[in-house]
Amino acid sequence: MNPQAALTEAVYYILLSLVTPRHGYGIMQEAERMSDGRVKLAAGTLYGAINVLLDKGWIRGVPGAEDSRRKEYVLTDKGREALTWELDRLKELVKNGENVLGGEA
Amino acid sequence: MKRVFKWFWVWEFEKEDMWLNSMAADGWTLCRIGWCTYWFEKTDPSAYEVRLECRKPDEAYISFVKDTGAEYIGHMMQWLYFRRKSELGHFELNSDLDSRIEQLNNMGRILLPIGILNLGIGLMNLRYNGLGGINLICAGVLAYAYGRIQGKRDELQRERRLHE
Repeated sequence: MNPQAALTEAVYYILLSLVTPRHGYGIMQEAERMSDGRVKLAAGTLYGAINVLLDKGWIRGVPGAEDSRRKEYVLTDKGREALTWELDRLKELVKNGENVLGGEA
Repeated sequence: MKRVFKWFWVWEFEKEDMWLNSMAADGWTLCRIGWCTYWFEKTDPSAYEVRLECRKPDEAYISFVKDTGAEYIGHMMQWLYFRRKSELGHFELNSDLDSRIEQLNNMGRILLPIGILNLGIGLMNLRYNGLGGINLICAGVLAYAYGRIQGKRDELQRERRLHE
């Protein structure tokens, strides 16, 4: 995969929220909190994204949580790398947007 | 508790969703599901939001959704029904365009083989005993359903070119 390709908003917020280990519902709450209530991850969307991210090795399951019914996930080094790339890409977008429109606003 | 018999065509899943939620708004919340049969229990008006989706009824998925505060009502073929208390906030299963397109792809994947099977059986019967009518009608309905689903999917895919 081209590492510069854009992440979806859902994936971006899932990765960001998994800097600390969380379970599915925790990810939803954290994404909503970070975005001031704008980003509400739906359960089906989140479930699909988590499975793809696990396959890619960007996140992994946290073994041996006491309440093991709810599985927790955490960001891997590979996931952190993808996030860093995305952040640089977003900065470029913002910079160019501001350069073009900045004077008008 | 009350039981209602109602038929929805497969492409009418949005209508079914709206109907179930207007029942919930009136204080009748879906609690069990069967063949064209819906059981409702008396609840406070708008106490719940109900959602259905087309997906394999897979245990891991169902328990994942339950962990987000939802209740699993049951499934009919590959249609899963969930509800969640409105006080927990707006309840969605597939909000972004990609997951909605995937939903429509799931429906298409189910309809297409049944349609082709009916067409095959219908044509064989027509050829050997002149009795293929029912299967051919089924194949026709399924082809129509497939077309409706594809149409909705194409519309979302155009939208997806602009945003997620």
